[in-house]
Amino acid sequence: MKGRGLGRQGVPAAGSSGRFDPRVRQMMLSKGLKRKREEEEEEKESLAVDAWWLDPGHPAVAQAPPAVASSSLFDLSVLKLHHSLRQSEPDLRHLVLVVNTLRRIQASMAPTAALPPVPSPPAAPGVADNLLASSDAALSASMASLLEDLSHIEGLSQAPQPLADEGPPGRPTGGASPGLGALDLLGPATGCLLDDGFEGLFEDIDTSMYDSELWAPASEGLKPGPEDGPGKEEAPELDEAELDYLMDVLVGTQALERPPGPGR
Amino acid sequence: LGPWCSPTGSPAPLSCETGCGEGSWILVCRLLVPTQVSLLSMEEDIDTRKINNSFLRDHSYATEADIISTVEFNHTGELLATGDKGGRVVIFQREQESKNQVHRRGEYNVYSTFQSHEPEFDYLKSLEIEEKINKIRWLPQQNAAYFLLSTNDKTVKLWKVSERDKRPEGYNLKDEEGRLRDPATITTLRVPVLRPMDLMVEATPRRVFANAHTYHINSISVNSDYETYMSADDLRINLWNFEITNQSFNIVDIKPANMEELTEVITAAEFHPHHCNTFVYSSSKGTIRLCDMRASALCDRHTKFFEEPEDPSNRSFFSEIISSISDVKFSHSGRYIMTRDYLTVKVWDLNMENRPIETYQVHDYLRSKLCSLYENDCIFDKFECVWNGSDSVIMTGSYNNFFRMFDRNTKRDVTLEASRENSKPRAILKPRKVCVGGKRRKDEISVDSLDFSKKILHTAWHPSENIIAVAATNNLYIFQDKVN
Repeated sequence: MKGRGLGRQGVPAAGSSGRFDPRVRQMMLSKGLKRKREEEEEEKESLAVDAWWLDPGHPAVAQAPPAVASSSLFDLSVLKLHHSLRQSEPDLRHLVLVVNTLRRIQASMAPTAALPPVPSPPAAPGVADNLLASSDAALSASMASLLEDLSHIEGLSQAPQPLADEGPPGRPTGGASPGLGALDLLGPATGCLLDDGFEGLFEDIDTSMYDSELWAPASEGLKPGPEDGPGKEEAPELDEAELDYLMDVLVGTQALERPPGPGR
Repeated sequence: LGPWCSPTGSPAPLSCETGCGEGSWILVCRLLVPTQVSLLSMEEDIDTRKINNSFLRDHSYATEADIISTVEFNHTGELLATGDKGGRVVIFQREQESKNQVHRRGEYNVYSTFQSHEPEFDYLKSLEIEEKINKIRWLPQQNAAYFLLSTNDKTVKLWKVSERDKRPEGYNLKDEEGRLRDPATITTLRVPVLRPMDLMVEATPRRVFANAHTYHINSISVNSDYETYMSADDLRINLWNFEITNQSFNIVDIKPANMEELTEVITAAEFHPHHCNTFVYSSSKGTIRLCDMRASALCDRHTKFFEEPEDPSNRSFFSEIISSISDVKFSHSGRYIMTRDYLTVKVWDLNMENRPIETYQVHDYLRSKLCSLYENDCIFDKFECVWNGSDSVIMTGSYNNFFRMFDRNTKRDVTLEASRENSKPRAILKPRKVCVGGKRRKDEISVDSLDFSKKILHTAWHPSENIIAVAATNNLYIFQDKVN
C-alpha cells in the first residue's frame, strides 16, 4: 500500500477507473467532490426522496453523501469486490465487508426495494440502468456461485465424519485441509461479473488502438496518434495510461479463465 | 519514584501536570530486526548475544520480509518476541541490570533468531501459503527453556528456545574435532566432562499443528490450564492439546450451510486469563461473544453477547466496516474486555452486554475521511490494542507512526510518535497533536499531512513495568517511563 494522502477525497485511486460508462467515468475522474453551495442545496432536496433505510425524516439523510457519490462509491465497491475475488485466496473478512457495504449502497440507490438476493433493476438516478442492473445481478450471481463453489470444494476434500459415539467432547477435525478459492473455480465465477454485461459495457469505448491489425505490418508504420473515439472526447482527462490499465484489467480477467500457473 | 504501576497495587496516575504522559516517556532503543541478508553473516558469530544495539541500528537496508507483523512480551517481560512477514521470529532479551550501568535498564538485545515458517505451496489448490507470522504467544515458563507458539495463516508451531552454555569434552571414540578415532589407538577410557562454552541459544520446533484451518488464522490464545490452546480463523475456532498434533476439537463454527448467506467473520479470539472454560471472540460486525465450554461441546451458542447499538447520527455506508473489531483483549484481572475497531477503543464490563463502559476516540478526525480511506483500503487496517500491567492504561496505534495511550482513571490521553527523527536514545517523547481544522499551531500536524503508509498496528506492554514495544514497519521501538 503506497503512502497516499487524502488530497483527492472520494475520488477513486488512479488505476481504479474500471467502469466504462463515460458519464460515470467522468464523475470518477473529476477532481474531488467539491461543488458550489447552491448545487449542494439542490442535491439535498432531491435526497429527501432517496433516503436510506426508507426513512426520509432520518437525521442522517441531511448529511448523507449525495446520490452521485453513491454511484461512484458503488462502482468503487464493485471494483474492490472484483479485485478481492481475483485473489487466489480471498481475504474473507475484506470480501464480506465489501459485499455488505455494496448491499447498503444498493439499498440506498433502490428506495423501493428491500434488497432481495437477486434484485430487480432499480430506478437509480444518474446512472445507466443497464449498467446497474446487469452488474447487480451479475454481482449477486457470481458471489453466490463463487461461495457455493468454495463450500463444495471443502466438502469434497473434508475427512470422513467422525463416529457418533465419540468419547471426547467437541468434534475432532480431520487431517485433510479443505481449501478456499481454487483459481479454476474463481475463473468462471468472476468471468460472470463481466460476461453478463460485457457487450453493453464496452459499446462506447473505441478499442481500435488495440486491434492487432494496427500493429502487425511494419510497413504501414505505427499509428501513434490516438483515433479520437467517443471515449476520448467525452473524458478529456482520460489519458493513455488509464486506457492501458483498463485493457490490462480485461486481459487479466480473460486470463483467469485459462488454467492458472502456481503462485498467488 | 518507583514504577508507575505495580501488578497488584493501586495504579499511580500517568502524569503529573500537563496531560497524560507528557514529558514522561523516553526512547530506550530502536531495534532493527536483522535483515535476511545479514542473518547469514550473523550466524557465523556463534554468540548472537554479542550483537549489540549499535550493530542493529546501523542497518539502513530493509526488505519487505522484515516488516514486523506481531510483538509480544513473555510473562515476566524478560523476553520480547517479534514475528515478521518473512516468517522469522526474533527474540530480544532484557539487558541485565548492573550497578555500573544503571542507565542501560530496559534495553533489549537480540537473544535468538530463527525461521519459524517457510512459504508453502499447496499443489492441490495451486495456492501459495504466506509465511508471515500472524501471532506469537508465549507459554508460561515451567523450566529453564522458553516455549512459544507462532502461527501463519494455516499452521501453528510450538517452539522451544533453550540455552546451552556447556559442552561435553573428552569423548573416547571421537577426537576434539569430532572425527572418529581408530579404535586400535584407544588404550584408556575416560569419562567425558562438561566444560563451559560460549552461550548458545537454540530454537527447536517441538510441535507442528497443521491442516486444521480452511481459512486464515487470525488468533491464537493459550489457556490458563497451560495444557490447551485455541486457534481461530475467519469462520472456525479449534481447541488443541499441546501434546496432540494430529487432532483438534472444533469449538466454534459460524460457517453457514449456504455460503451465500455469509455476512460475518470471526476477527479475534482469546481465552479468559483465569477461567479455563471461558473465551471470547469478536466479529466483523462489531460484536463480541463470550462462550463457556462447559455449556456444550460446540460453542456456537454464546453465553453472553456484547454489542453496542448503532449511533444513528453517525450512520454511513461505512458503519459496518468501521465497527469491525480488529482486536479483543481481556484485562489482566479478567473483569473487562477491550476491543479495537477502526476509530475507537472500547472497554466492556463482562457483566454488561448492552454497551461498553468506556469508549476512547483514537483518531476521530478520520471520520470525515472514511470515503478516501475506503478507496485506498486503509479502512481495512487491523490495529491491535494492549493493557498495561495494572489495567489502568490502554494503548493502541494509529497512522503517521503515532500511537495513543489512554489513562482510564484520569481520563487523560496522549499521542506519541515512533519515528527515526526523534530517536536519539533517552530522548524524551514529545506529545503530538493533530490539527483538525482552523488554525494549525506550530507543533501540530494537519490531518491531510498524515502519512497513511506509516501505521502502528502492533504494540506490546511489559507485564509489570512501564516499558512498551512499538513496531513501525521494520523498526522496533522500546520506550520506558522516565524515572526521576
